This record gives sequence, structure tokens and C-alpha cells, in this order.
Amino acid sequence: FGADKLTDQQKEFQQLARKFAREEMIPVAAAYDRSGEYPFPIIKKAWELGLINGHIPQEYGGMGLSIFDSCLITEELAYACTGMQTAMEANSLGQMPVIIAGNDAQKKKYLGRMTEEPLMCAYCVTEPGAGSDVANIKTRAVRVGDDYVVNGQKMWITNGGKANWYFLLARTNPDPKCPAGKAFTGFIVDADTPGIQVGRKEMNMGQRCSDTRGITFEDVRIPKENVLITEGAGFKIAMGAFDNTRPPVAAGATGLAQRALDEATNYALERKTFGKAIAEHQAVSFILAEMAMKVELARMAYQRSAWEVDQGRRNTYYASIAKAFAGDIANQVATDAVQVFGGNGFNSEYPVEKLMRDAKIYQIYEGTAQIQRLIISREHFGKYKK
Amino acid sequence: MSKKKSFLAIELQIRVKPDHSGVVTDGVKHSMNPFCEIAVEEAVKLKEKKLMKEVVVVSCGPQQSQETIRTALAMGADRGIHVEVSGKDYETLGPLQVSKILAALAKKEDAQLIILGKQAIDDDCNQTGQMTAALLDWPQGTFASEVSLEKDGIKVVREIDGGLETIKISTPAVLTADLRLNTPRYATLPNIMKAKKKKIANVKPADLGVDLTSRLEVLRVDEPPQRQAGMKVETVDDLVSKLKDAGKV
Repeated sequence: FGADKLTDQQKEFQQLARKFAREEMIPVAAAYDRSGEYPFPIIKKAWELGLINGHIPQEYGGMGLSIFDSCLITEELAYACTGMQTAMEANSLGQMPVIIAGNDAQKKKYLGRMTEEPLMCAYCVTEPGAGSDVANIKTRAVRVGDDYVVNGQKMWITNGGKANWYFLLARTNPDPKCPAGKAFTGFIVDADTPGIQVGRKEMNMGQRCSDTRGITFEDVRIPKENVLITEGAGFKIAMGAFDNTRPPVAAGATGLAQRALDEATNYALERKTFGKAIAEHQAVSFILAEMAMKVELARMAYQRSAWEVDQGRRNTYYASIAKAFAGDIANQVATDAVQVFGGNGFNSEYPVEKLMRDAKIYQIYEGTAQIQRLIISREHFGKYKK
Repeated sequence: MSKKKSFLAIELQIRVKPDHSGVVTDGVKHSMNPFCEIAVEEAVKLKEKKLMKEVVVVSCGPQQSQETIRTALAMGADRGIHVEVSGKDYETLGPLQVSKILAALAKKEDAQLIILGKQAIDDDCNQTGQMTAALLDWPQGTFASEVSLEKDGIKVVREIDGGLETIKISTPAVLTADLRLNTPRYATLPNIMKAKKKKIANVKPADLGVDLTSRLEVLRVDEPPQRQAGMKVETVDDLVSKLKDAGKV
């Protein structure tokens, strides 16, 4: 596959995203980080340019971009600010279950509206008591007449306070012996449904302008038309989304790492110690060389995982590798960038401390670094068993 | 018709070739000249206001000029013309040659309006628009910061040293865009995809009967002199004596 032989159209997409990132996002990123305010003006502009909601199929008003093309755009936007980019990416995560499992009516209704107005959506699965062990979620959905009545608590929902609708995973089969593959149901829930209580905006270490909240469901009624596929099919849908969203998340981490590398390199070429630019001291140039190695490899990893799924193949192995690796190196590279900047790196007037704070979440959300390793080892051994 | 030029992207370190014959351009990113972007934007706006029927973008240069044409198509131009000039011819391609090409194309296409950027930011010639108008014997509205099409001609507000000058010129005419004429739009993703279907015609200067021979010869290109370190002085007397020593006072 041609990682660096992009088509003309891909190059143009990348150029557009890069221009937007450098001219619109970077100038305001630090201010949004300090205030924590939701970057809706930026999101709206990106929406107007077609930079968001790329995966929505053309029949529903979207551009039907391949995962590879979306990743190219994601990396460019993340370079500017992963807080803003995560807010935009959360749309893809929320939409993915509908794209892969929705029927025509559901797609028309919930994907269609995303291309008509700059709306946000959210993926509502994690709970205060259940993160990595999704099968342990307690939110209950009970069939009552033509509706399902939902009760429960969700946590760390990105875009929780801004979403127009949620993809919700809830348990429909109360029998503890029922296997995960049959016990859960995926729903589309309008955010203005009575009984939904949106919690306060959480103050996080990084990606601070992204809106993360707890959400409480109290006797929320969801019509049966909003069930994805059928009762009991939810777990596979929730997990299946990740094969499509982990490559872009890896791309986001790579964008952050590339930014850290660029900032550190430019600084190292200017700053002098002991009579020369610090880039000329091997101790520093070796740090930068290793940063460069990691960025290039992370890029290749996410491109491979995106390409695999675009070819119609199951890419779980590659997607997990890409996400795990990119998340880890983003943290390493951002930390190294702070180191290269020295005392200045620790200071908020310079851009790298934000990168270090923003990077951490990449080892946590969309499947922790540890869960990725579980998946990779399972897939890996699966190749060896007869 | 609007004409755009590719130039070396501004954020790069420009290096003079070792033989001082020019600037290194191999492997260096080229982008659309900012003033040309403004020209394209103005042309597209005129079409959106239904004052113009069709926007044709022209670029003269090697293969990679097609990329800038595509960007203009994605901004809303209808079709492109790529005038192929490469190698030695491209190195000596200057305003006179380009304006001959544009004049020939204007006649061929029966253009009513030619909009260019006021100058390219690599050579800062600021000649092409004016020469094109002269070759066609058309009126020119250069350094335009405001353009309005009226029943009896085009009203152009020009940025000049003393302030703003408003003129009215008849059509067909040549305009050159200045910085404040408009803010170029981003090409949206859907428009980038649509632009793929728009046509870019390939033309050779010989087909237009244009002779590309340059009347100019670049003798030498040098970098600006390295900035010398300054000196700090403690008092005004020190400063005066140092200036006297250096023969400046």
C-alpha cells in the first residue's frame, strides 16, 4: 500500500485540513485550553468546510470518505489541538454504530441531520463503575410496551453536554449468566428525551476544551424504532465501531506527536548552550532522532490499519497496534519535547507543556493501553493456534 | 479569466544556488501566490453574483502548476487551462512572456475580464497585469481594493501611495488584485471532490504563437548580507565617539 503516494485528491484534503489547522485552530488553541470553553466556533467552521462527519455515507448527505482519508484529515487537525480535534472525532465515534448497524430510516434521521446543521453526537457506554469491562455496565433498559425504559449512569462522555443525540449501550437481559454477546442493546437516544440529566463539565488534565460529562438516565423512554439491529445485538455493535475509530484516534495521537517533534526541533535549532545550537549536541539530537522514529512508525501503523479496513478486511489487530503504539509514543514524544525545551518547556508560555497534558488521554480512552495489549495478544495467538 | 502563479511557499528557508544563478527550487513546495488567490476569489464572487458567466483559471508552468489550478477549481472556478512551460523556458519565464500568453488566450477565449494578482511574491515584478492590458489595448484597473461592475463599465477603487483612487474603465478590461480586495475562501472538501470532474485543458505556448525568448538575463543572485552583530555602549558620549570612529558622524 502506498503510504506516501497519496492521490491528488488526498493531497488536497490534507492541504485543506493543514491550512485550517494552522490558520484557524493554532492561534486560538491556548486560549481555549485555559478557559476550557467549548470551541464551537472552530467546530462550526470545520463543519462548513466538510472536515467533520467525513464517514457519513453519501446517500445521507455525507462524503463517504474512506477511513484512510479521514485519518489524513484527523492527523492535520490534531497537530493544531487535540482538544478541539477530540470534540470533532467524538462525532465519528457516536455515528459509527449507526453507520455500521443502522437501518435506512435510522441513518436518514440521525446521520442526515448531522450534515444539515453543525450538530454533535456522543458515544455513551462507559460508566463510573465500568470502563474497560464494558460487559459489566449496569445501565438497564426494560421493554415496556413499544418503548424501552432506561435507568443508569454514564461517565466520561465526550460531547456529553453538547450532543444532539447519543449512541447508548444498555443491558437488556438481566440474567447474569447471559453471555455479553446477547445481553446488551444499542440505542439511539435523542438528547432532549425527558429523564436525561447532563452532569457538570469535568475539569481534566488535558484536551480541556473538550466537553466531558457524566450523564444520568432516569426512566428515559426510547422508542423501539431506535434499537440498532435488534435487542441483544449491542455489544458487537459497540465493539465493532472501534475497528473504524481506533485508526483515526491513532492518527490524532500521531498529529500531536508530530507537533511536539516540530516544536522541539525548531527550538533546538535556535537555542544555544556551550557555544552552539543545542541541536548540535548529540544528547539532544539523539532525543530528536528517536522522536522522529516514533512519529514515522506511528504514522505507518495508523495508515496500515486504516487501509486494511478500507480494503474490507478485519483490521482489529492492526487497529489495536496503531492505537496502542501511537498513544504510547505521543506521551513519550511530548515529554521529550518538554525536555528539549528545558525550563521553558515547563512553562505555559511555550506550547509543549500543553502537548504533554493533552497526550495522556491517548493511553486511556478508546480502549486503554492495557486493553489494547490484551486485544493484540489475543489476535496474535489466534494466528498461531491450529 | 483569472491567472495564477505558483510560488515558493513563504515559510521555507530560501537558499541561493551554489553557482549564484538563482534560488533552489527542487523539491520545494509551491503554493498559489496569495494575490492570485484573491484574484480567483474575486472572479468566483462575480460569477456567484451572476455578473460573469464562466471563470477560467490559467497557470503557466511545469506539471505541478496543475495543483494550483485544481485549488482554484475547488474554490469555484469552472475550468482550467494549463500552459505547459518547463525546464529552461520556465526558468526564464517572466512577465513579458506570460502577458503574451494571456493576451493570446484572452482573444482565443473571448474573455471579457482578466483578473490577476497585482504581483507575485517571489519576484515582486508587478508587471504582468499592466503588460497584458497593453498588449490587448484594454484598460487596466491595478491594485484594486474594490471592484464593482456597473452598466457602463467597471468602477475600481485603487490603492495608491497617496490613498485611494476611484476610476471607471470600460470592458473588456484587466484588473489586478491588491490585498484588501477580499478574503479568499477555503476550498471545502465537497468542492475539492467536485473539482475533480472539472476540465483542465493543456496548451503549449507554441500553439498560441507565443515566443518565449527572454529579453532579460539574470547575471547573479546573492543572499542579503548577513546581519552584523551590534555593540552595546554605556553612555551617549560613548555612542558619539564610536560613531565618530566609524566615520559615520
